[in-house]
Amino acid sequence: MDPDVAPRAIVAGHGALPDGLVSAVEQITGRGNALIPFSNVGLGRAEIESGLRDLLALHGVNVVFTDLPGGSATFAARRVQHDTPGLIVVTGVSLAALMDFVFCDAEMPAGESTARAVEKGRAAIASVAI
Amino acid sequence: MPIALYRIDDRLIHGQVVVGWGQPLDLGFILLVDDAVAESDWEQELYRLGVPPSMDVYFASTSEAAREIAKYASDRRTGMVLTGTVEAMLQLARTAVLPIKAVNVGGIHHREDRTQKMRYVFLTKGEEQDLRSMAELGVVVTAQDVPSAPSHSLEELLRGCMT
Repeated sequence: MDPDVAPRAIVAGHGALPDGLVSAVEQITGRGNALIPFSNVGLGRAEIESGLRDLLALHGVNVVFTDLPGGSATFAARRVQHDTPGLIVVTGVSLAALMDFVFCDAEMPAGESTARAVEKGRAAIASVAI
Repeated sequence: MPIALYRIDDRLIHGQVVVGWGQPLDLGFILLVDDAVAESDWEQELYRLGVPPSMDVYFASTSEAAREIAKYASDRRTGMVLTGTVEAMLQLARTAVLPIKAVNVGGIHHREDRTQKMRYVFLTKGEEQDLRSMAELGVVVTAQDVPSAPSHSLEELLRGCMT
């Protein structure tokens, strides 16, 4: 963990995926502490939403990455976004997207760094056949 | 086509519903029965964005759904009726113009006043009684979060079953 890297986003989703993604970012970049994992396991709709609100307030971040566009974490993040101006929700998160995000200048506007991350995530998907 | 699944899930539309059940059932639509969501255009838009283009989502209050369930049951596509609470499903079972034969308890999560019964089901005493009342109406109540998981009877659910 790089002690100079401050939290910049929440990674929310199903099962162990958020922890796994953050762990992988840490392993590859050493910047895992830029991301706060949040799993929906065992949580109802209201608890997912309140958990996200608590983490956003605690860490002072304004970006939430989620996995499934139709998943409970995304719906909760969108509900939070409804009354949180400036909050950015990025769905379909991947390791490639997160790695680009954590390497973006922390001073870069979140809208710009998340847009870049989305493009990197899209570009990393490929089907390879021999 | 009869409604393929009546499900109680406090997360309403989410991954298990859209993908876990939606794909194997080849769901064409979801009828989301929730009084609050039925009143909120914004919430409805949110849920519409969360399903694939091949799937429709309709919204109804509990009383509207009870009155209009036959219309949805006659749809040629496979459909799911989804409530967020046991109470709403019991009301539907009591008042719907068509009888509900079976109800799937898919996810009722932790809350202060609930006791854990299964990995994904926590119930208050009132909810336990409501499920019993549903069974007394002739509804077969089972618990099952995803199609590949075992289905548990109401007796197993109320007794507690951590699989």
